[in-house]
Amino acid sequence: MTWKQVFTSSVGKKLVMGLTGISLVLFLIVHAGINACVFADLANPNENGEMFNKAAHFMGSTVLIRLMEIGLFAGIILHIYQGYLLTLENNQKRAVGYAVTYKDGSKWYSRSMGLLGTLILIFLILHLYHFWVSARFTHKGLEPVTYNGVEMHNMFGLMKATFSEWWIIAVYTAGCISLAYHLAHGFQSAFRTMGVYNNRYTTMLTSVGYAYSIIIALAFILMPLSFKLGWIG
Amino acid sequence: MEHYHMNLNLKVWRQKNSKTKGDFKTYQVKNISSEMSFLEMFDVLNEQLITEGEEPVAFDHDCREGICGMCSMYINGKPHGPWQANTTCQLHMRAFKDGDTIVVEPWRANAFPVIKDLTVDRSSFDRIIQAGGYISVNTGNAVDGNALPINKDNADNSFAAAMCIGCGACVAACKNSSAMLFLSAKVSHLALLPQGEPERKSRVMNMVAQMDKEGFGACTNTGACEATCPKEISLTNIARLNSEYLSASLSADK
Repeated sequence: MTWKQVFTSSVGKKLVMGLTGISLVLFLIVHAGINACVFADLANPNENGEMFNKAAHFMGSTVLIRLMEIGLFAGIILHIYQGYLLTLENNQKRAVGYAVTYKDGSKWYSRSMGLLGTLILIFLILHLYHFWVSARFTHKGLEPVTYNGVEMHNMFGLMKATFSEWWIIAVYTAGCISLAYHLAHGFQSAFRTMGVYNNRYTTMLTSVGYAYSIIIALAFILMPLSFKLGWIG
Repeated sequence: MEHYHMNLNLKVWRQKNSKTKGDFKTYQVKNISSEMSFLEMFDVLNEQLITEGEEPVAFDHDCREGICGMCSMYINGKPHGPWQANTTCQLHMRAFKDGDTIVVEPWRANAFPVIKDLTVDRSSFDRIIQAGGYISVNTGNAVDGNALPINKDNADNSFAAAMCIGCGACVAACKNSSAMLFLSAKVSHLALLPQGEPERKSRVMNMVAQMDKEGFGACTNTGACEATCPKEISLTNIARLNSEYLSASLSADK
């Protein structure tokens, strides 16, 4: 059994989805953690995004993290490519469909991972355009800011400017809700795919997965909303 | 439970053979006893069709006591009908009321081509078993059952997996037409016992390869298979299969 045979089998393809999925789950913890620095404004009104800007600067200027970013993009692309490939292949396995579909045995979001993933992808393109493209390449809407003699991008200012329009907040909220449902299935499913079968872990991972999905989505939804409602910034 | 009679409308999938296109035909059956089994109701329908000079509906059945895995039928949008942990042959007409319309379809999956009407070809399951669902034993007298110590949990889990009757409801229920619940039951059944040890790695590799060759989809852990399985085979077996597959591929020689 060669590696190629392993990773192109139906179980192997799912292993790729699970592995990349878990790496993205880990990424989201870092992403939410760094971004939560914007809430430092709540405690200190004179903060004006200093903690967040410094954290963003650290992430953008550290070589190791930039290298990890390459891995992250590779993971996302592989997850998207393999996800669509699996969805397409699986959909072709039943040429004649049922007149009455079986819905009671599974959750709607478990059956709709392809659709939820597509919604997240649409959101992701807009999100990367707003922040990643601007920070890395165009510097559109980015003012310089200096702390202790070090000049850096005012990402906090860019967030404030971006989240001044309701339609953007609506799209971000929809993206995060899609993400929550995608994770509600994906989190526990990834571990099952990786071969975690012991009941003591599967029950725990399912609960942790639900909690994780809700916390991550709420944390991200709160950010644009807090800017718009003037709680921060 | 009170005994009653009912008249029913049946929307049944009719298909001449695997080459032709099928469609639904509607039939009425009258005075059906609530104590009949679903298949007995179909026997009544077929008697009626024969009397009227029509072709009877072809459907699979054998033991009619819920243990052989031969009966199929996708009834009102669920394999084996509305009851839990139940086969079509053990589905009784008290599950329905007078005037109900019942939609009956065959298992639908490319790997289960329709032979005729509600009968599908499930020999792909046989070929998956042939690829590795066996153990090697020495010839001669049967070994004493208690000669090998087996811990109780493994014996219980193995037996629970061995309950799979290979009916194919998991494939019929799965949105991906995946055979993973079936395959995982067969792999788990033997992987949990010392007798399964010699072929442990080659078994899972070969059986997965055969499953893919037969044209079943990949598992996305939706759980529809577990919910419809007449023998309540647990989704845990699929995770165990993944674990078996991963460790077999990581420790493969080349």
